[in-house]
Amino acid sequence: MYQYNDTDQTLIEERVAQFRRQTESFLNGTISDDQFRALRLMNGVYIQTHAPMLRVAGPYGLLNSKQIRKLAHIARTYDKNYCHFTTRQNIQFNWPHLEKIPDILEELASVQMHAIQTSGNCLRNTSSDHLAGVCIDEIEDPRPYCEIIRQWTTLHPEFAYLPRKFKIAVSGAKLDRAATQFHDIGLHLINNDAGETGFKVLVGGGLGRTPIIGQVIKPYLEKKHLLSYLEAILRIYNLFGRRDNKYKARIKILVKESGMEKFSDLVEQEWLQIRDNLELSSERIDTVKLQFAPPAYETDAVNDTSFAQKLENRSFATWIKYNTATHKVPGYHAVFISLKAPDCPPGDMTDTQLDAVADLADKYSFGEIRSTHRQNLVLADIKQVDLYPLWQQLESLKLATPNIGTATDLICCPGLDFCSLANASSISVAKEINEALDDLDYLHDIGDVKINMSGCMNGCAHQSVGHIGILGVDKKGSEWYQLTLGGSSENEAAIGERLGPAVAKDQVTQAITTILDVYIKQRLDDESFLDMVKRVGTNPFKEEVYANN
Amino acid sequence: MQIIKDRQIIDDNWTFVSNDAELEAGNISVSLTRWKNDKQQLLNSKDNIGVRIGPSDSVDDIGADLNDISLIELDFPVFTDGRLFSHAWLLRGRYNYQGEIRATGHFMPDQIFYLSRVGVNAFNLENTQDLPVALATLNDFTVNYQKSID
Repeated sequence: MYQYNDTDQTLIEERVAQFRRQTESFLNGTISDDQFRALRLMNGVYIQTHAPMLRVAGPYGLLNSKQIRKLAHIARTYDKNYCHFTTRQNIQFNWPHLEKIPDILEELASVQMHAIQTSGNCLRNTSSDHLAGVCIDEIEDPRPYCEIIRQWTTLHPEFAYLPRKFKIAVSGAKLDRAATQFHDIGLHLINNDAGETGFKVLVGGGLGRTPIIGQVIKPYLEKKHLLSYLEAILRIYNLFGRRDNKYKARIKILVKESGMEKFSDLVEQEWLQIRDNLELSSERIDTVKLQFAPPAYETDAVNDTSFAQKLENRSFATWIKYNTATHKVPGYHAVFISLKAPDCPPGDMTDTQLDAVADLADKYSFGEIRSTHRQNLVLADIKQVDLYPLWQQLESLKLATPNIGTATDLICCPGLDFCSLANASSISVAKEINEALDDLDYLHDIGDVKINMSGCMNGCAHQSVGHIGILGVDKKGSEWYQLTLGGSSENEAAIGERLGPAVAKDQVTQAITTILDVYIKQRLDDESFLDMVKRVGTNPFKEEVYANN
Repeated sequence: MQIIKDRQIIDDNWTFVSNDAELEAGNISVSLTRWKNDKQQLLNSKDNIGVRIGPSDSVDDIGADLNDISLIELDFPVFTDGRLFSHAWLLRGRYNYQGEIRATGHFMPDQIFYLSRVGVNAFNLENTQDLPVALATLNDFTVNYQKSID
């Protein structure tokens, strides 16, 4: 993975010093609440229900064992012994003291980490495919481009006060695991007719209150023009994006209101004027690529003969089936660490678990850990022979629940328990759903169902693209939940359709189990949940869920 | 009044004259509207003219006049309006404007590092007691990742 040079290190250290001064100015009253709000948000500091929340960047989800140990240390020293992994592959601490945040940032900087632009109306952390570099369907590894974009976006002087936040995702595989169609800019590495690799550029996608699928603005962009094209889009957005209403300020609204043709004309005109000055040289790309060179895979990994016998252990075999993915190198597997154990808030990890996972990464996976868009972790390079001992150790850490891609692998925001924006709680509802689906055979029979649940319209947990979406709303002071069906953030992107009136908090779990029962009864052969919803629509589900009303 | 210009704290020798006021002695700046309406008269009576623009103005409107304009003031109605950052970039990067570009109005001392990177070289702060701190923030970073105007 990318290793900082002197410039990178100097930059984050200088940012820590700057934020320390800004925090001190706020605490001694020299800068106002409003001013500090903008400054702290641009460094990942929110003021939440109970305490400030600090969001630390996980650049395109890539972390090393040293960094994971540092997160454990911070959780122990400055927080309540845990942290939370988000859908943007970032890490959140829910209980730090504001005056200690500069110290935390200094600790992070010592392991090449920061909280720069993890919040605020600026260019956010670039996200990517958690199986980048190891998956079998990859056109090209997206991570070098993510790193180039990370650097370009970091402290970009012109685009720090945008109309609204701005998120970029890059995917390099045939299956889009990075939800690129739901980002302000989605980049997809593709081959053109001449066999060269470049980017398909999408713009104007997004979730939140107005979920919109991104549209193609450039069917093929040469790699050398990556940064000039991004700059052109950003300049047009910065100049013309709406600033009169924060709910209409995202680029998706600008694209929608101006129309794609006019918007892309503006971008094109701007781009033609800057592209020659901002070319990305192939030398630069190659230098960054070197940092993502494959690790030293062992050629004898494929010779393991013990595996078939190990698979006779049914629990192990189940875990292999659900929590591992095929690796491009024979004899290796990618392993998912489930952060969705029945009694744990989705995406949360304790300091003890973090330390242990860092040790496992060192022992089995070249010291590298990835965070995923669905709030789990990945150890990307596990030798087949190591799978069994790794599974045993993950089991003992409660990190081996075999539920990746199933109904209990749900995405969930912190909700009313922590977030000051939320209308309804999500963690307690997630727990109830998880408990109701505790029969693994039943869960596995249901198969691939993605449940996403957000505690408010802002949609941090991407409910509108969940196969089943759950959205918490406030109705006269009590918590209600709207259900949607049929959303997807993968290649066949779709926004879920509302099932009917919102249901009360104590009815959510029953509604979900009813929906799943309808699926089990009415599916054809090996039809997936999403396929069935596409085939039959929402009516059969609606009839059952609202049968008693 | 003192301002920061070219990394120094100096006395300001410009006066902004509102649309209906008489022209004062010395260097004056006027609104974009007044500039458009009275361009010739202003050029005849003054050696140095400044024009004040806001976020919703287009830099292209003064693109052809830049040789006659010695100062462009970027007037912040609120510090969160980032359009002026692009205006500054366009003035330097697209029109190669060599005169003074000055931030004025409601912006924060903590923004002047980024403003200086996009080509703003003078800063008229709301509170002059912030001048020394603001000046020091120009040294917040010794490295950067991307090309801009600086």
